[in-house]
Amino acid sequence: MIKIENLQKHFGPKHILNGVNLEIKDGEVTTIIGGSGTGKSTLIKCIIRLLEPDGGKILFEGKDITHLNNEFELAKLRKNFGYLFQEGALFDSLTVGENVTFGLKYLTDTPKSEYAKIAKEKLALVGLKDIENLRPSELSGGMKKRVSLARVLATNPKVILYDEPTSGLDPIMSEIISQLILDLKKKLGVTSIVITHDMKSAFEISDTLAMLYEGKVQLAASKEEFKRTQNPYVKQFIEGSANGPIQMKISN
Amino acid sequence: MFKKTGKFLIFFFTQFGQATEMIKEAFFWFIKTPLEVNQTLQQIVKIGVESVPVILMTGLFVGMVLALQAGNTMQNILSEPLYIGLLVSFSLVRELGPVLTAFVISGRAGAAVTAEIGTMKVTEQIDALSTLGTNAIRYLVIPRLIAFTISIPILTIFADIMGIFGGFIVSVEGLGVPSSTYTNDITTYLGVDDLIHGLIKATVFAFTIGVICCYKGLNTRGGAEGVGKATTGAVVVSMVMILVIDYFLTAILHAFGV
Repeated sequence: MIKIENLQKHFGPKHILNGVNLEIKDGEVTTIIGGSGTGKSTLIKCIIRLLEPDGGKILFEGKDITHLNNEFELAKLRKNFGYLFQEGALFDSLTVGENVTFGLKYLTDTPKSEYAKIAKEKLALVGLKDIENLRPSELSGGMKKRVSLARVLATNPKVILYDEPTSGLDPIMSEIISQLILDLKKKLGVTSIVITHDMKSAFEISDTLAMLYEGKVQLAASKEEFKRTQNPYVKQFIEGSANGPIQMKISN
Repeated sequence: MFKKTGKFLIFFFTQFGQATEMIKEAFFWFIKTPLEVNQTLQQIVKIGVESVPVILMTGLFVGMVLALQAGNTMQNILSEPLYIGLLVSFSLVRELGPVLTAFVISGRAGAAVTAEIGTMKVTEQIDALSTLGTNAIRYLVIPRLIAFTISIPILTIFADIMGIFGGFIVSVEGLGVPSSTYTNDITTYLGVDDLIHGLIKATVFAFTIGVICCYKGLNTRGGAEGVGKATTGAVVVSMVMILVIDYFLTAILHAFGV
C-alpha cells in the first residue's frame, strides 16, 4: 500500500532520514521503533506530506506522492489518512463534538445534520459517551487521545498514523489504546503505522516492526523475527540496555 | 559590527519575504475557497467588539489631554484659548486616532492572536488542521486579517468621536471656550479628506498588525517560552512598524493631496 524508497530528509545540516526503505502492507499494523530523535515522527510526517522529503520516493497505492505540492491534491491525498498526534492536538476553542466532526466539512460531503450522530458513533467506538459538549481542557490525557482517535475515525481513513499513542499514559490506559488499535484493524480493516517506545504494546499490536537508527531502517520484520534477531542495535533497543552499539550522550 | 548588521539584514529580509509569502497564500485561499464565516465573525467580536470599551476610554482621555495642552499653550501665546477644536480634531482624525487605536489593538488583540496561533503551533494543532483537510492560512489567518482590517478603521472612528467629545468637555467646562466656537472650529476646517487620510492609515495599520501577529504565531518554536517570545516580538514589531509606516504613508498621502 505504501512503499518508501531511499527516503532522505534533513533539517539544516542535520540528516534525520538518510535512506529509509520500508514497505507498509495493506490492512497490517506496522510499528516503527527507535530512540528519541531518530526521525520516526519525521518519517510519518513525510508519509502524510506534512513535510516534503529532500530525496527518495514515497509511493501510495502506486502513485508517487513525494513532491506533491498542489494544496488541493494534497488535501485529496490526506483524505486517505488519519493522524493521531502525540498529545492529541485537539482544538482548544472547540467542544469535543466539534473536534470529532471537524474533518467532515473539509474531507467529506457529509450533511451537517449527521454530524451529531457521527460524533456519538465515533466516540462510542473509542469507549466514550456523553462528552460531546465538554472542552478538551476538561479531559484527562487518555480521554484526549481517545477523542483524537475518534476525530481520526470520523472521516473513515484507509491508513491511520499513530504518533506514540501510549506515551504518557498509565499501563491500563496504554493497554486500552493498544486494544483499540487492534479492534480498529479487525473491525474496519484499516492499515496502521504506529510509532512507539513501548515495546510491550509494540509486540502486542504489530504485524511488522521496523527499527530506525541513524536515519536508516536497521531491521523490518515480523514480531517473531524481531524477538529472535541477533542484530545488535535491535537487540539492545528491545532489551533496553545501556550497553551496546547505540550510544546515548549524557551531558552534565 | 558589519557582521552583526549583515546578520540582522538577512534576518529582517528573510522574515519579510516569508511574511509576503504568507500574504500571497492568504490571497490565494481567499479567492479559491469559501470564507470561514463563523471564524471571521468570532474574530470580529474578539478583535473589534471586545475592544470598544478600551478604545472609547483611550479616545476620551487623549482628546481631553490634547484640549488641555492646546488650551494652555494658546493661553500662553495668544492670551486666549483659540483653535482648540481645530487642534484636537486635526490631531486626532489625521494622526492620533489611527496610531493610538492601532497601538492599543496590537497590544490587546494582536498579542492574543499571536499567543493563540503560537500555542496551536507548538501543540501540533496547526499540523492537525492540515491533516483534516484545511490549513492554517485558510482557517486562522484569513479570518483574523479580515477582522483586523474591518475592526481597526471602525474603532478609529469611535476613538476620533470620543476624543473630540473629550476635547469638548475640557474646552467648554475647563477652559471656558464657548461650545459654538469649539464646534465651529471643527465644522469649518475639518474635511472629508482628513477623515479619509485617517482611515487609509487605520486600514494599512490594521492589515500590518494582522500580518505580523499571524506570521509570528505561525513561526513560533520551542514550547511555552517560544510562545512568550513570539507574542512580545509581535507586539514590539507591530508598534515599530506602525510608526515607520505612519511616516511614509503621511508623506505619500500628502503627495497625493489627501
